[in-house]
Amino acid sequence: MIEVKNLSKRYGDKKAVNDISFSVGKGEILGFLGPNGAGKSTTMNMLTGYISSTSGQILINGVDILENPIEAKSNIGYLPEIPPLYVDMTVDGYLNFMYDLKKCKLTRKAHLKEICDLCKISHVRERLIRNLSKGYKQRVGLAQALINNPPVLILDEPTVGLDPSQIIEIRSLIKKLGKNHTVILSSHILPEIQAVCDRIIIINKGVIAADGTAGEIADKLTNEHKMTVRIEGSTHTASDKKEIADALKAIDGVKYVRADMEREKGIYDYDIESDEEIDVRRAINTLCREKDWNILMFQLSDMTLEDIFMKITSGDVTAVRAEDEKKSALSGYEIDFEKSGAKTEEAASDAENSDDGEASVTKDKKDKKSSSKKGGDK
Amino acid sequence: MGVIYRREMGAFFTSGIAYVFLAGFALFSGLFFSLGVIGSGVSDMSPMFSSMFIIVLFLIPILTMKLLSEEKKNRTDQGLLTAPVSLASIVLGKYFAALTLFIIAESIVFVYSIIIALCGEVVWSTLLGNYFAMLFLGAAFIAIGLFVSSLTENQMASAVIGMFVLFVLYLMDSLAANIPVEFIQKALLSISFYSRYVEFTRGVFDLSSIVFFLSTAVLFNFFSVRVLDKRRWG
Repeated sequence: MIEVKNLSKRYGDKKAVNDISFSVGKGEILGFLGPNGAGKSTTMNMLTGYISSTSGQILINGVDILENPIEAKSNIGYLPEIPPLYVDMTVDGYLNFMYDLKKCKLTRKAHLKEICDLCKISHVRERLIRNLSKGYKQRVGLAQALINNPPVLILDEPTVGLDPSQIIEIRSLIKKLGKNHTVILSSHILPEIQAVCDRIIIINKGVIAADGTAGEIADKLTNEHKMTVRIEGSTHTASDKKEIADALKAIDGVKYVRADMEREKGIYDYDIESDEEIDVRRAINTLCREKDWNILMFQLSDMTLEDIFMKITSGDVTAVRAEDEKKSALSGYEIDFEKSGAKTEEAASDAENSDDGEASVTKDKKDKKSSSKKGGDK
Repeated sequence: MGVIYRREMGAFFTSGIAYVFLAGFALFSGLFFSLGVIGSGVSDMSPMFSSMFIIVLFLIPILTMKLLSEEKKNRTDQGLLTAPVSLASIVLGKYFAALTLFIIAESIVFVYSIIIALCGEVVWSTLLGNYFAMLFLGAAFIAIGLFVSSLTENQMASAVIGMFVLFVLYLMDSLAANIPVEFIQKALLSISFYSRYVEFTRGVFDLSSIVFFLSTAVLFNFFSVRVLDKRRWG
């Protein structure tokens, strides 16, 4: 339905979108996720023909948007980031205008009524758009995108400015629309993407950082080779920490151990990573039994969509990609990454050298560090 | 094109610009009519038409100032440019809406002709000559104003720049008079809207001037389309 090949957009020297490719099938809801300035809106503006690409090709329903813009555009309903509303018109006047502009052939009255009912704006049809609240403006924007029943819907942050119950309504509406439309939806609200989309593309700094189905990425990814363990040593002092960390490192298959914060008095958490092929959990258990240490907590690292998002969108993209590539290999998930690069491996060895004694760092610092380091590691 | 034309016509009246424009036109043309025509006891409206040049020059940028600039500012251009319509039909829809309003304003001269008919005789050939001369002048000026509007997001800037550009065109004659080089003088005079327009008010119906005004209109509408197109490639 939508095919994007090697799409790039350059503003002067800045590459806003850099060589992205993806395709969206009929009836699929694709979520576009990324921080501000990642290139989401630029991509959407190119998909809808509002701006042209510097290079690459976009096919909407098999029609090239640059070669045959009018035909391609007639297949698209677009809700931009800022709804293109003429505030001096009434809702009804505006929708009729868009109806004419899109050269809609459906029965005017019935079609507009259906759309207004769908977007729940029937009761404000006579009001001036200027006087509507942000939420209602957003709905009118959505309504105009639905006019002429286009097979492709492109929605740029459709729930911005809505109250929670409206957000739920709009989400279920989008889900409903997704049954017979192809929908591309952008957002930086993760649960929204999680709730609505079949598939997610995470875009960062103009490149696709991850591409996988919503279920795949959204389900908490469990990694048997990454875990956090809280171990109580015999002396309850800092010397425990070193001893335990060293002993853990000595376990066959363990690649990386980092003593974390002191969670309880004299008791520390240890972040452990192992080779992917080796499950070290039993060995850790055995070790503790032998040394008479107590395992107070054992937690496999869960990756929520937030974690993935944070990792991908902050810090070194290359490193993150390398990590996620491994992850995808591990779990059989389909995530697209192009390069893992030698840089990553260098980073990994650096990280390993300085592993050991980072003990009590503040939570924030720790999170940052661990994410960048984990990113670089392995 | 029709749908954009209809929307712009509506917007002219809801935004009040139409009223300002019509009132301004009626006020000044009425002033020149009562002083220059009725006051001097002639039945020829040509003096009024020649005085109206400078008024039109200031009124037209008000008419065109927000046609394209405001679309850009409010991002409503995203709706237009992603709809299955051509850029030319967007520009022309707006252009003809402004032109229609100009024609409505200008047609007030037929009210004046009734007044003249009551006390004397209307020379219809001169009146219509003048009427169409002003119409073609307006057609050219509106295209220029629309083009200026396509260049900016700020409607006030659009209006001021539009007035400035048209005023410079008005000054072409005095500029030419002060430059002693003959070919520059000729070149400046050939693009002088004022001298061409005034010829009409003197009763000379010059086809080449009509062609000049109309080709200016076509050229600047083309430029506006190019500006919209170029912005997409930015």
